[in-house]
Amino acid sequence: MNADIRSGRLDPDTIGENFSELHKPLTELQAIQESARCLFCHDAPCTEACPTDIDIPGFIRKIASGNLKGAAKTILSENIMGNTCGNVCPVEELCEQVCVKNTAEEKPVMIGQLQRYATDLVLENWIQLFRRAPASGRKIAVVGAGPAGLSCAHRLAMLGHKVTLYESRDEPGGLNEYGLAAYKMLEDRAAREVAYILDIGGINLETGKTLGEDFDLAELRRDYDAVFVGLGHNTVKALGMKNEAVDGAYNAVDFIELIRQEDLATLPVGRNVVVIGGGNTAIDMAVQIKKLGAETVTMVYRRGFEDMGATDHEQQVAQTSGVLIRTHAQPHRILAAGGQLTGVEFEYTEKDGNGRLKGTGETFVLAADQLFKAIGQALDATPLEGDEKPELIGGRIKVDEFQRTSLADVWAGGDCTPGKDLTVTAVQDGKIAAISINEYLNHG
Amino acid sequence: MADLRCKIAGVSSPNPFWLASAPPTDKRYNVERAFEAGWGGAVWKTLGEDGPPIVNVSSRYGSVDFYGHRMMGFNNIELITDRPLQINLDEITAVKRDWPDRALVVSLMVPCTEQAWKAILYKVEQTGCDGVELNFGCPHGMSERGMGAAVGQVPEYIQEVTEWCKLHTSLPVFVKLTPNISDIRRPARAAFDGGADAVSLINTINSIVSIDLDIMAPTPTVAGKGVHGGYCGPAVKPIALSMVSEIARDPHTRNLPISGIGGISHWRDAAEYISLGCGSVQICTAVMHHGFRIIDDLVDGLSNWMDEKGYATLDDFRGAAIPNVTDWQYLDLNYKTVAAIDQDKCIDCGLCHITCEDTSHQAIRAEKDVNGKRTYTVIDEACVGCNLCYLVCPVPKCISMNEVDNGLPYLNWTEHPNNPMK
Repeated sequence: MNADIRSGRLDPDTIGENFSELHKPLTELQAIQESARCLFCHDAPCTEACPTDIDIPGFIRKIASGNLKGAAKTILSENIMGNTCGNVCPVEELCEQVCVKNTAEEKPVMIGQLQRYATDLVLENWIQLFRRAPASGRKIAVVGAGPAGLSCAHRLAMLGHKVTLYESRDEPGGLNEYGLAAYKMLEDRAAREVAYILDIGGINLETGKTLGEDFDLAELRRDYDAVFVGLGHNTVKALGMKNEAVDGAYNAVDFIELIRQEDLATLPVGRNVVVIGGGNTAIDMAVQIKKLGAETVTMVYRRGFEDMGATDHEQQVAQTSGVLIRTHAQPHRILAAGGQLTGVEFEYTEKDGNGRLKGTGETFVLAADQLFKAIGQALDATPLEGDEKPELIGGRIKVDEFQRTSLADVWAGGDCTPGKDLTVTAVQDGKIAAISINEYLNHG
Repeated sequence: MADLRCKIAGVSSPNPFWLASAPPTDKRYNVERAFEAGWGGAVWKTLGEDGPPIVNVSSRYGSVDFYGHRMMGFNNIELITDRPLQINLDEITAVKRDWPDRALVVSLMVPCTEQAWKAILYKVEQTGCDGVELNFGCPHGMSERGMGAAVGQVPEYIQEVTEWCKLHTSLPVFVKLTPNISDIRRPARAAFDGGADAVSLINTINSIVSIDLDIMAPTPTVAGKGVHGGYCGPAVKPIALSMVSEIARDPHTRNLPISGIGGISHWRDAAEYISLGCGSVQICTAVMHHGFRIIDDLVDGLSNWMDEKGYATLDDFRGAAIPNVTDWQYLDLNYKTVAAIDQDKCIDCGLCHITCEDTSHQAIRAEKDVNGKRTYTVIDEACVGCNLCYLVCPVPKCISMNEVDNGLPYLNWTEHPNNPMK
């Protein structure tokens, strides 16, 4: 049997339409009306829920008064990637989840959309809201130009320090550039935001430079006054099964990156597709391959809906996009013929008396032309090796509340440290680390 | 269904809702559309003396918007009708002929001479209209020429012109009052003394609704310049209600019929004016915002409310609120209310707390448990019963103001021990 994989299952116009942004930007009228819905709460629950502590009622009131520049500054002062976050934050489990309008009207204020509205203004018109403090004479190395590294670098630059920002890829942005679903974030927007961040000055970006290959941590600690490590996830988890490398089997993150970077009409798309995983990456993969024209897309998760890492909102997006979500089944065998994927055999699961997941022994097979694995990513700490390396915890770099690692002059943040793997938390980590580094440099 | 028929100063209409003298009543076309929609009456846009037509400017209206709501306040710099007198007279004649059951009153403004008023009254009488309304109120343009508010601000002129009109016409005479004075009772008394059959109020208020900060000029802007205009719309209702109440309570004018005007948008507004003694009510901004079809809810809403309250006719509640409008010195200083928050309805916005804390009496406690659950409670001893929390709370019926039975008798300022003048 030959696998049915080909590009251009849909005509380019349809693909273009499918990949237009999930949320259209608010119109001026919508922004006026939506901002008027905000009650300007005292001790606002939304601000409390925001990982970056944005004064949400404050910026919304500024939108309402027509002070968009002020609104943007309120946002970006706390979260320099506030534009991206307005688009991709899981607001349904952060700020918007606790909006008092849920209780009052069963409909929160569209905080994410308003945040994007205000910040679009400064990005589109290139209004630079931040200035560097007088030069401190200090140099800091930031490793990884993803959200954590960019946030850290920007704040350090603002504080007057000189930053060298190392990035192993050809372009900065990290997951914002390579990892976010294309229909959530058009690529030029991510690049524009990064350019805006770098525009503050004082940040020397070195792309194509990889920690552990082109330089090591010891060198950085020797050459710089402080180091921030924002490696993100640099490896994906494997199923550990036979046939995992056959043609037609992919790591979802690799394919998502292709979607962000390549011409959509040229991507290989299977007729029948299986996605394994229950997180937002699995959803992003399933939705996008469906949007590219796959005939059937089945997302299979070993536990129940309630255990999924993907939010309810994400699950709904998948389901309304035509993705079939099957739960309580784990991959058992990857089926292949002639080095080509033909299907995946799954085993039903249930919880044992201790709440642990176990297979029931009963299986079923899903025929598949393509398999996407989205069972998680991890930190490969090998690049940190050396005489002294920061302590790890649970496979990630251990940090304290100020993002300090076990090494006095090394800070870390983002997905390589414990905590939620969100753009917004990475930005906060970078900001906190920069403030801590500044304290350290000024007061030792 | 309640009987909404209305009679004021001898003028009858099937309901109390009249269009005020304004752009919507400038032409037969508009007035007939209003009558088709169900309006009870109309006051035709002000006619002037025969002669060269009035010239109006381009860019005539300005608005006060509030957090996305348009036209909370509205103003205009338009003058009286700019169409030839005879055309207006012919159209008024035709409308009255075709709509005999509707009230059709004609607004007038001519120079302050007996001859001018006599001449126009004679012509207007021929139309078969039900009454005339003397426009002593327009605050812009015409007042610079000695008419409108220039007359309305001088009680002696009001009385004199009213007397001329009563002398030269048998039609009911409504005198429209300007609010741009310090004590509305004085012009009302002058109208009464001059023999007016009714007063209409309020006319528009002197206003600049906004400054265009790009060109540094008032709006509406005419070739870079602006002037004060006449302010109306929902924002002016409180001012108008107060003035109506003063005339209704004044022993001198107690029985003078009033046609209420100012910010009426909904049936409830109309009911409030009628409760303060108004016969008919006049509406303009609301139709300029939404069109004539709002009459459906005005009629329907008023009627349903009257049915609910057991009022069969407008007279059943007309003036019912007047006895309860008093002077501050007669308020019961022993009366006490305290706020209460219904915790089941509270959505935790905290506005009651922060406004009381920042701007009032520190009478609402804010607490937060370990799970972040907020609780706002009233500190009864600190609460003065000011209503602020009740007013800022966005949730209907969440905060109530409850009377406290303190067992103390009625005590007003005139009898209060702290009153040095007692």
